[in-house]
Amino acid sequence: MELYINGVSLLGAGLTGWARSRAVLARETPLYDAAPPEPTASLLPPNEQRRSSESVRWALYVAQETLQQAKTNVHDVASVFASSDSETGILDRLCTALATPPRTISPTLFHHSVHNAVSGYWGIATGSPQSSTALACYDSSFCAGLLEAAAQAQLEERSVLLVAYDLPPPPPLYAARPFREGFAAALLLTRTPSPATLARIDLVLSNDLTDEVTSMDDPRLETLRSGNQAARSLPLLAAIARPQGTMVCLEYLEEQRLLIEIVPW
Amino acid sequence: MDYGLIDSWAVEGKACLHRRAVPQQQAPLILSRYTLVSALGNGLDQTFQALRNRRSGLRPCDFEDVGITAYIGRVNDVDDGLLEGDSVARELGPFDCRNNRLALLGLRQDGFIPAAIAARERYGAHRVAVILGSSTSGILETEHAYSQRNPVTGALPSSYLRSYRYTQNMFSSAHFVRAYLGLRGPAMVISTACSSSAKVFATAARFIEAGFCDAVVVGGVDSLCLTTLYGFASLGVMSQGPCRPCDEERDGLTLGESAGFGLLEKSEHVGRGGAVALLGYGESSDAYHMSHPHPEGAGAIRAMQAALQRSGLTAEDIDYVHLHGTATRSNDSIEDTAVHSVFGPSTPCSSTKGWMGHTLGAAGITGAVIAAMCLTHSFLPGTLNTTRIDPALGSQVLLGNREQPVRRVLSNSFGFGGNNCSLIFGTV
Repeated sequence: MELYINGVSLLGAGLTGWARSRAVLARETPLYDAAPPEPTASLLPPNEQRRSSESVRWALYVAQETLQQAKTNVHDVASVFASSDSETGILDRLCTALATPPRTISPTLFHHSVHNAVSGYWGIATGSPQSSTALACYDSSFCAGLLEAAAQAQLEERSVLLVAYDLPPPPPLYAARPFREGFAAALLLTRTPSPATLARIDLVLSNDLTDEVTSMDDPRLETLRSGNQAARSLPLLAAIARPQGTMVCLEYLEEQRLLIEIVPW
Repeated sequence: MDYGLIDSWAVEGKACLHRRAVPQQQAPLILSRYTLVSALGNGLDQTFQALRNRRSGLRPCDFEDVGITAYIGRVNDVDDGLLEGDSVARELGPFDCRNNRLALLGLRQDGFIPAAIAARERYGAHRVAVILGSSTSGILETEHAYSQRNPVTGALPSSYLRSYRYTQNMFSSAHFVRAYLGLRGPAMVISTACSSSAKVFATAARFIEAGFCDAVVVGGVDSLCLTTLYGFASLGVMSQGPCRPCDEERDGLTLGESAGFGLLEKSEHVGRGGAVALLGYGESSDAYHMSHPHPEGAGAIRAMQAALQRSGLTAEDIDYVHLHGTATRSNDSIEDTAVHSVFGPSTPCSSTKGWMGHTLGAAGITGAVIAAMCLTHSFLPGTLNTTRIDPALGSQVLLGNREQPVRRVLSNSFGFGGNNCSLIFGTV
């Protein structure tokens, strides 16, 4: 399936947006140690910004940078949000409240607990009337999201924003899902090229497990890739950052592979 | 709503992208097997008997120690150890939790497991996808674990930590169903609140069309938990009695639980001849508010129109609209505005929430299975617990059941965050 990448973004420690991270992914400059970023969701009105969760702020940061590159009307863009565990910070507060009589939870806490909270905020922030999907596939959430976004872009001839994100859960839940660091990534997929196109991709879903899953050369980036489902996008992002075409192989569940040919545009 | 920041993104004058205003018409996909478990009973027969005999599955809330004055639509067999004499815990393994017990109970109805295995053998395990919807997955396990934290360290029980991936995680139900049926194709859980298991049909149709798979086990599973009971209570939208959709004195929703599954395949593989098929789908966003729908139903209208366009049908071709119909004052009123603007005053419509309650992430598949039963039984359900249809509603809301030929049904599902999905089913 042939598609075009018209925008891309990422967010992680030392990887603050595409503009500043492209050279790191292209191996032109090293990745320096840095504290986790603290993005603001400038897209949201001030009262919603204040109430928004960290996940919402991370996801909206990469969504916003991606759409700015693509120079397309956001009202025409459908969206897919892929996260394995989504709002674990809210889940912790919710379950703490439910374990404490009289189990008082606020309407806001309840709204924010849903897996599609980011999707809802994206709609409120942009006014986009297009379809929005929130999905989960554990460590393959990015890949599942990529398939969903690719199918939509291809068959419905529409630009599709894909956002993958997951943040480290708070202490009691961290033991169940130890994401050491947060990561968010976004891509804008379209069926036809535009002046903003960064790369053309050709995507194939394969059952052939002999293809080796692409890892990152930089040990720090490889630790990130293997430690957070959203960062499993890194080989694809790095390929988009580099001037020469390449092929990457991503693991989808245990039984399938996504083979993606990336051609700079 | 526009906060000004978006304007700079708009492309001046010329459109960079080719954009199709009208959804592409899709080929019908056959729903070759389907089933449902809810407070009405296990499987299609019990569900249909309850619909026809107007027997509600709602009862005063007796879920755990919940102290809320409300009714619920609870599935008995999940609490009664699923099925007597069965070692369900062993069968579920690490997946054992209320939500996956409900999923297993659903799989066991109406020959669904043999049908899925036959599809696996027909297409190959890699060519059958599992795409399910859920809003809260196995969150009840986390709620229980938080009441058993170590008083000194705050740690959660180690048994919970080990099973987190298989219970709490949002992928849990699809992971379980995929493993249980021995499938190896694409999989995911869509979680867009109350539209989750309607949207699975849209994704499944695209995955088959894109060639990612040949058949899809679609469905939805959502079970009762403290989060939704106390959460909806905090929003002040729960009725103290059984919900009364479209009643002039309706005062809120009733929560239920259900698990439903369907097997979706291309028609050339399973033949036609009276089979129930997915004819079209439409998805949209309100982009308005996290928990309030757009006041004029703009998103709902777009979803219904997109479904009609994709199925190549017009409003006159639809014999019945299965409403989302949650029975809150504003939701029913806004949906009525939207349905009336698309279908006018004479297309029959109704909400079945008075039978099994609002099953949230499983509401979409529940609506889909009811739509299939309308088609195969030449039957339209009315509205249960409702005594007088709100005269302010302009659509043709049915109070009593009807028996009449039914060829095409549109089913609505609208979720938190303004997430809308309409599906059209028909016989082919």
